Amino acid sequence: MIYRTAGQFKTTYASDQAIFPIVQDRVVVTLALVAAFVVPPALASEYWLQAVLIPLLVYALAAIGLNLLTGYAGQLSLGTGGFMAVGAYSAFKLSTAFPHLDIVAVFLLAGLVAAGVGLLFGIPSLRIKGFYLAVATLAAQFFLIWLFNKVAWFVNYAPSGTITAPDREVLGVLVTGPNATSGARYVMALAFVAIFGLVAKNLVRGRLGRAWMAIRDRDIAAEIIGIRPLRTKLLAFGISSFYCGVAGAELVFLYLGSAETLAFDVNQSFLVLFMVIIGGLGSILGSFLGAAFIVLVPIFLTNAPHWLGLNMSVALQKHIELMIFGGLIIFFLIVEPHGLARLWQITKEKLRLWPFPH
Amino acid sequence: MDVLYGLVTPFRDIAGSPAFFVEVLIGGVAAGLMYSLVALGFVLIFKASGVFNFAQGVMVLFAALTLVGLMERGVPVVLALGLTVLVMILLAFAIERVVLRPLVNQEHIILFMATIGLTFFLEGFGEMLWGSNVKRLDVGIPDESFMVAGVLVNRLELTAALTAAILVAVLAVFFHGTRIGRALRAVADDHEAALSIGIPLKTIWVIVWSVAGGVAIVAGIMWGAKSGVQFSLSLIALKSLPVLILGGFTSVPGAIAGGLIIGVGEKIGEVYWGPLVGGAIENWFAYGLALVFLLFRPQGLFGEKIIERV
Repeated sequence: MIYRTAGQFKTTYASDQAIFPIVQDRVVVTLALVAAFVVPPALASEYWLQAVLIPLLVYALAAIGLNLLTGYAGQLSLGTGGFMAVGAYSAFKLSTAFPHLDIVAVFLLAGLVAAGVGLLFGIPSLRIKGFYLAVATLAAQFFLIWLFNKVAWFVNYAPSGTITAPDREVLGVLVTGPNATSGARYVMALAFVAIFGLVAKNLVRGRLGRAWMAIRDRDIAAEIIGIRPLRTKLLAFGISSFYCGVAGAELVFLYLGSAETLAFDVNQSFLVLFMVIIGGLGSILGSFLGAAFIVLVPIFLTNAPHWLGLNMSVALQKHIELMIFGGLIIFFLIVEPHGLARLWQITKEKLRLWPFPH
Repeated sequence: MDVLYGLVTPFRDIAGSPAFFVEVLIGGVAAGLMYSLVALGFVLIFKASGVFNFAQGVMVLFAALTLVGLMERGVPVVLALGLTVLVMILLAFAIERVVLRPLVNQEHIILFMATIGLTFFLEGFGEMLWGSNVKRLDVGIPDESFMVAGVLVNRLELTAALTAAILVAVLAVFFHGTRIGRALRAVADDHEAALSIGIPLKTIWVIVWSVAGGVAIVAGIMWGAKSGVQFSLSLIALKSLPVLILGGFTSVPGAIAGGLIIGVGEKIGEVYWGPLVGGAIENWFAYGLALVFLLFRPQGLFGEKIIERV
């Protein structure tokens, strides 16, 4: 009843092609966005902001990036961690070499550097596809991490080999570094993910997004109808790496505070890929849902025995966590291979009719 | 100039001491065969079911953990080995029933993800059962070296090489000489055609996962004897991926040849050219090699030619 579309007529092409064509969607999304900016910084505890919400937003941005590449353009990549590392290390170098550069500009430039590296490693995608490509992108992952470990210039010759976020302000408020409040860092991450989420949503419904989907569905046919595979695939790698690069910079500057290459190892690549697949391939909303799932489940599993009053050794709990996590992934793939976004779509269909059966 | 000098001098070193070069070469061959053992498991499963089984590495770990765990509890070696084989067959049944059957006809990437989920599960399960501390696996082959014609040879590496050779021979006979082997090849060729002439797909999958489990046991014993049974064992799966793309996903000889090329290339690169860039290039050298290779031959050395139609 509430979710009824009856009576909403489209009289212009513009309104028909709106991102959220249904009024209820528009209202809910706007309200949710406003609430996301206002409520958590005011009400959420330090723990919730730092351990749950900030990583969720950062990973959501990375997941959107990978979703553009894997979900929309159909190019399987396992190099996400490496591209995130490029973003993080170039943001560190930029912000320490040019202390007066605005931190927003630093993030964007770091994204551009990552995009350049992504373009370079995207070149093999012209010749190879599928799992061969996935393994080829692993080359990027291992090479980049090795590079950041070996070349001390990247960490400003710090003996510990870690990069640390310096104190930087936006509009007079401290947003990065050890002294920034978690509320400020949260708002910063949210602003980035909101803007880039919107950009991604527009990208995928435009000319470029349709070209990506054509390449994904059948690349040879796409080429025949006049889509240039070189340009399209490389753009997918570049833009996806831009998103991952910004997310990597955020991971260090807004979430961890300081990090070494271990934070960007191959497990990180798998984690982001999980988010994309559990959330739903080829869905921007799915990227958020997937990120939420992957961030929340381990936290839930860690706390569950405590709530139930069970006493387990740390090692045993860690093993059970791994088992349940793996089991849940298989379970979700079996129940809904198209991800949480598809579940949400089905729910929406049901809501449209509710409470009537037909 | 320094860089150029660094690039050229290794050739002089090679010419200067051929015995050392042969030692490096043998070390490379041995390491390469170890990679091949893991890659073999991948190839078997990919050939028969089109599943890119990421869990192969953790299956190696699981097999080794089970074997060591049983031996630690005083089970004699032969019995422990038999029990481990039984466990791996049971595992194959469970995987077919719980993971593969509900996911029939799904896209490859979904099945790939499911095997990553399986990796997490098996890792937790294996370590919960048998503990996560590093264990020594003593199979009665001393890890010592002896001289053959002025060249140092490691006994364990020699045994591993022989085992790999025997295993490949056995697999070749199994695939080409037996009824089940023919059925496996038929399934690999075309699922539907195989089904239509009455080959039971489910049974074939269980068999193929069991065989891959058997290969995992052998790989687990060899790796375990070399570097102890521990979690890092499951990471060799990542090292065997470039082997796969070099040799082609669907070729058993390819897995062996790819393993040898990667092993030898990696060792020679590390020993002679590694110092030039600060060492530790073993982590990505194999991938770089495979990547360059793919640019010229996208289907790998022995892979089937990819023909695409619209």
